[in-house]
Amino acid sequence: MEHFLALVSKPDNVPILAILFLIPYFMWLAYKQARQTDRAGVPSDAALNDKVYVWPYLCRNEFVCAIIIMLVLGVWSIMIDAPLEEPSDPAKTPNPSKAPWYFLALQEMLVYFDPWIAGVVLPGFIIAGLIAIPYIDINPKGKGYYTIKERPFALAVFCFGFIILWIVLMIVGTFLRGPGWNIFMPWQYWDPHKIVPLTNVNLSYLFGIRDDTTANFFGFAVVAGYFALGPIFYFWKYKTSRFLQELGLIRYVIVSFLFLSMVALPIKMILRLALNIKYVWVSPWFNI
Amino acid sequence: MNEERKGLKEKITNSDIWKSIFRHGYENTGRRYTLQILQNVWLHLHPPRISRHALNFRFTWCMGGITFLMFLVTAVTGVLLMFYYRPVAEYAFRDVQALEFDIPFGMLLRNMHRWAAHGMVISVMLHMFRVFLTGSYKKPREFNWAVGVILLLITFFLSFTGYLLPWDQLAYWAVTVGTNMARATPVLGHEGPFTPTDIVTQANDVRFALLGGTIVGPSTLLRFYILHCVAVPLVASLLMALHFWRVRKDGGISGPL
Ligand code: HEM
Repeated sequence: MEHFLALVSKPDNVPILAILFLIPYFMWLAYKQARQTDRAGVPSDAALNDKVYVWPYLCRNEFVCAIIIMLVLGVWSIMIDAPLEEPSDPAKTPNPSKAPWYFLALQEMLVYFDPWIAGVVLPGFIIAGLIAIPYIDINPKGKGYYTIKERPFALAVFCFGFIILWIVLMIVGTFLRGPGWNIFMPWQYWDPHKIVPLTNVNLSYLFGIRDDTTANFFGFAVVAGYFALGPIFYFWKYKTSRFLQELGLIRYVIVSFLFLSMVALPIKMILRLALNIKYVWVSPWFNI
Repeated sequence: MNEERKGLKEKITNSDIWKSIFRHGYENTGRRYTLQILQNVWLHLHPPRISRHALNFRFTWCMGGITFLMFLVTAVTGVLLMFYYRPVAEYAFRDVQALEFDIPFGMLLRNMHRWAAHGMVISVMLHMFRVFLTGSYKKPREFNWAVGVILLLITFFLSFTGYLLPWDQLAYWAVTVGTNMARATPVLGHEGPFTPTDIVTQANDVRFALLGGTIVGPSTLLRFYILHCVAVPLVASLLMALHFWRVRKDGGISGPL
């Protein structure tokens, strides 16, 4: 418990505590407005053509908002001091060594994937995927107002990525990871010598494959089969789905590839936590 | 009484002294409101008029503006900090200590800089969340969303490069952990897959370029200092100007219609 309290009261972790309140608050605010639109319909044109002068109406709001925020920041800065630990010492590695809080979801992914995937490939996909969003979301509805009914899929995917894969992993990384990057519940003692039995095996091993070459092919087949789900779904549904026809092949390839890559993270987490799977595909060049 | 007051007001505003200070009066007209925006160098990125719903806190959450405010706070406090801080391994830590104990309001200055930086990360995340929830990235704002994604990365990079500067254990190891991933860059990192290890070694891969060495050391401190105080803020300012300009050119804050 004392370690958990020490973590929670670390000055650098205050922002996470703030996020813990801010995200639910804003989700509630957005949900309330979305429900209203979904019930009553999108506001009419007349109400929207109503224009107001920026000076004084917007400038006044900006001014008041700035004053309030500066007050909050002022109080925060007076109450809580920025941390300064001992001088840096390359010979003394703290355990655990943590990146700043906003990178802890990335550091958390390192548990489940090799560094080149968790640290380079997946972040690359995240950036590319974020930039691609406006170009692959061709739904013209739900622009400029809160709604759930008109774009359920887009909202579900983004909120899953934002809330679960980012915020929740960040919180786990910050508050529940202790020495050796092992999970420690808040009430548990941080034992630096905690022994975690290394029982992780590769997926191929679980299927009784002992030979490296066969295992390599097996892993390749599993990964390729997983990503083939995209094309399979396409050919299965193309005839009957107006959505797929409008989306077009190229957009579909990008959407399905990014989507499957994103879902691969929770799948790998579940495989690791439930079945102790280390790698799905072990090849001479890389492991996934 | 009222007449009297009016007469007095007129007398004052018509006096030579008053007129020498204020060049013209302030009429309550639309023309005046418009000129107030157009003629002010700080306000002219605003349009003269906007639709009423864009004023609504419940719609924008004010998060874009708060992000910008936080950036301004870090810029001002950051310049003040630069007067007391030397990016040299022998001095850096002691300079930060001096800020805490010797320099008047040094601790407050440091706190404001650090917490504004953290605040900026929070607000930019919430801003992106809001823009997604309102579908504001849709045509014609696709490109501004892309500019936003780059700004998000820049915000993280600004925070990250600043994290090293106190040169204490916290800073040192956070940056060591953060930059370790660069070892594993495919092809370009010495531990990455597909890397020709006879050419790419730990003394010339991408991590070496970022750190200026094989471990976090004095040259890393200098590199991160220059990135943090000069290069990245410059790029960030340019992109923010582009971002705000595009908000306006894309038809102002998005709304139904
Ligand atoms: C340094 C970071 C950023 C700053 C200072 C900034 C600032 C702003 C401001 C002041 C606005 C006006 C409306 C509002 O306040 O909500 C705005 C709108 C917008 N921002 Fe940002 N922003 C930043 C990052 C981002 C990011 C990360 C994204 C998305 C990935 C983004 C996408 C947009 C879009 C699409 C709009 C138009 C919204 C609409 O029309 O409703 N921005 N930004």
